[in-house]
Amino acid sequence: MKKYADVVIIGGGPAGLAAAVAAYDQGAGEILILERDRELGGILNQCIHNGFGLHTFKEELTGPEYAGRFIRQVEERKIPYLLNTMVLDISRDKVVTAMNRQEGMFQIQAGAVVLAMGCRERSRGALNIPGYRPAGIYSAGTAQRLVNMEGYLPGREVVILGSGDIGLIMARRMTLEGAKVKVVAELMPYSGGLKRNIVQCLDDFGIPLKLSHTVVDIQGKERVEGVTLARVDDQRRPIPGTEEQYSCDTLLLSVGLLPENELSRSAGVDLSPVTGGPVVNESLETNIPGVFACGNVLHVHDLVDFVSQEAALAGKYAACYVASARGGAPENLGTADTASIPVCAEGGVRYTVPSFIRPDHMEEKLPVRFRVGAVYQNCYVSVYLDEERILHRKRQILAPGEMETVTLERERLTAGGGPGKITIRIEQE
Amino acid sequence: MEIRELTCIGCPMGCQMRVTMEAGEIRQVEGNTCKRGDAYARKEVTNPTRIVTSTVRVTGGELPVVSVKTASDIPKEKIRACVLALKSIRVAAPVSIGDVVAENVAGTGVSIVATRNVKTA
Repeated sequence: MKKYADVVIIGGGPAGLAAAVAAYDQGAGEILILERDRELGGILNQCIHNGFGLHTFKEELTGPEYAGRFIRQVEERKIPYLLNTMVLDISRDKVVTAMNRQEGMFQIQAGAVVLAMGCRERSRGALNIPGYRPAGIYSAGTAQRLVNMEGYLPGREVVILGSGDIGLIMARRMTLEGAKVKVVAELMPYSGGLKRNIVQCLDDFGIPLKLSHTVVDIQGKERVEGVTLARVDDQRRPIPGTEEQYSCDTLLLSVGLLPENELSRSAGVDLSPVTGGPVVNESLETNIPGVFACGNVLHVHDLVDFVSQEAALAGKYAACYVASARGGAPENLGTADTASIPVCAEGGVRYTVPSFIRPDHMEEKLPVRFRVGAVYQNCYVSVYLDEERILHRKRQILAPGEMETVTLERERLTAGGGPGKITIRIEQE
Repeated sequence: MEIRELTCIGCPMGCQMRVTMEAGEIRQVEGNTCKRGDAYARKEVTNPTRIVTSTVRVTGGELPVVSVKTASDIPKEKIRACVLALKSIRVAAPVSIGDVVAENVAGTGVSIVATRNVKTA
C-alpha cells in the first residue's frame, strides 16, 4: 500500500531539518524526513570544532550542538522521521521509493519533495595520482568520522593534499590526537579554506602549507610509506626537478565536495554543469514542479547558517506548493515557466543560485548566492537588468572559497514590464 | 624592541600585520586594512586564546567517544596540556549536551562540557 505525505524531505542533515521546520511552520500537514544514517544531524555530527551558528544563533557552536538545536525544533513540532532508511528512487510524479529493516521496501506518494541529500567528497580516483592502492589513503571527512565519532586515529605521520576547510580542520585534529602532520599541499596558488582555519589549524601548530604543490607519487604497496610532492606551474602541471619526498603512513585528501544527485538525476531533475546541483528558480524549485532542492545538494556551501536559511525557504515553498495544488490553483510550471527571467553569471562569476526568477513568485527581497572563479581584489560586484546597472558594490576581496550574496528587490524586477535577463558580473571599475 | 608578524583572520583578505612591541607594550600595529585587524593583532600578541574542541572516551555508550569543548576560551599555550588531560578521562553513558565532563582543565579554571548526546548502548 502506498502511503501519502504532503512534504517528503530526503535527508535529515542541516538542510533537511531546517526545511522540515519551515514546512511545518508554513502549515504543511504531513511531513516526513527520510534519513539513511542512524541519527539526525548529518555531517554536523562529525564536525566537532566550533564556529557554527554565528549568523543563526549569534553564538559559536560546535557542529553537533548546531544540529542539536534544529533536531530539538523538529522534535518539538513532532515532525515524523525515519532513520536507517535509504531512498532508492524518486519518480517524476513524486513517488518516493525507500527501504529500511523494519518495513522492507515501501513507496510514498509525496505532495512535494525537498532534495536535501548533501554532498560527498571527491575521491582519489578523481585525481589520477599514480601508484599502488595501499591502505592509509583517506578522504579528510572519512578520517574526521573515524577520529571524532568512532574513536580511531587513522595514522601517525600524515600528509594532507588540499587546503579546503575539512583538510585544515583535520590537520589540527590529528595533531591534537598525537599524530605528526608534516605538510599540507595545495594545487592552487591560494587556499580554498578560511583564513581563520589557516591560522588556527596550521600556524598555531607550525604545520607548513605549500601552495601550488601536488602529490605526484604515493609509495608503499600494503600501507602508505611516503609521498612525493612537486611544485606545479600555472597550468597546474608538475615541474620536473621540484620533487620533495615525505615519509608518512597516511595521506588525507581534502580536494573538493560534489553535490550528491544520483536520485535527482534519475528523477529527471536538470543539473547545472557548474555546481553539479539542480537548476532552480527563486522558490528553489527544480524543472519538476513540486520538487525543491536546498543545502549542499544544490550547491556546496561554506557556512551552515546559509544552508539553514536556504533550506527554510525550500521548506516553506514546498508547503506553499502543496497548499496551492490542493486549492486547485493553475499548475505551477517550475523552471519551465516562460515568465522566468534568467540570471546570467558572467565576468568572473561562476554560477548563481537561483538561475531563474519569476518576479510574481518572489518575496520583496530575494538573496541570490554566487561564487567567483578566482581571487579578485579591489573590484566591484555589479548587477544588470538587461543593459541597466542597478547595483555596483565595491569589494576589497572576493575569493572562490567564500560564497557571496546580492539581494534583489521585487519592485525593481517588476517595474516597466521587467527585464529580459539579469546579469551578475565582477568589474574592475 | 620586538616585532611580531601575524595573519589577520577577520576576512579573506588575510592582511599580513606587523606588531611592534616594547617592554611588553604595543607600540604600533601595521599592515591591517580595518579596525578589526588592529583589535585582533592586539589581542593575539598580548593574550591569545582559543576554544579547544576534542573528544573524551565513553563507557557503555552507543558511541565510544563523546565530543567536548572548553566552556570558554583558554590561553593558547594551554591547548596541548588541555588535550592531554582529556586523554585520561572516562565518562559513563548516558551523556547529554552541556554535561560537565571535567572541571578546571589543565589549571585554567575552565570546565570541559559535552557537545553531543550519547545514549546508553
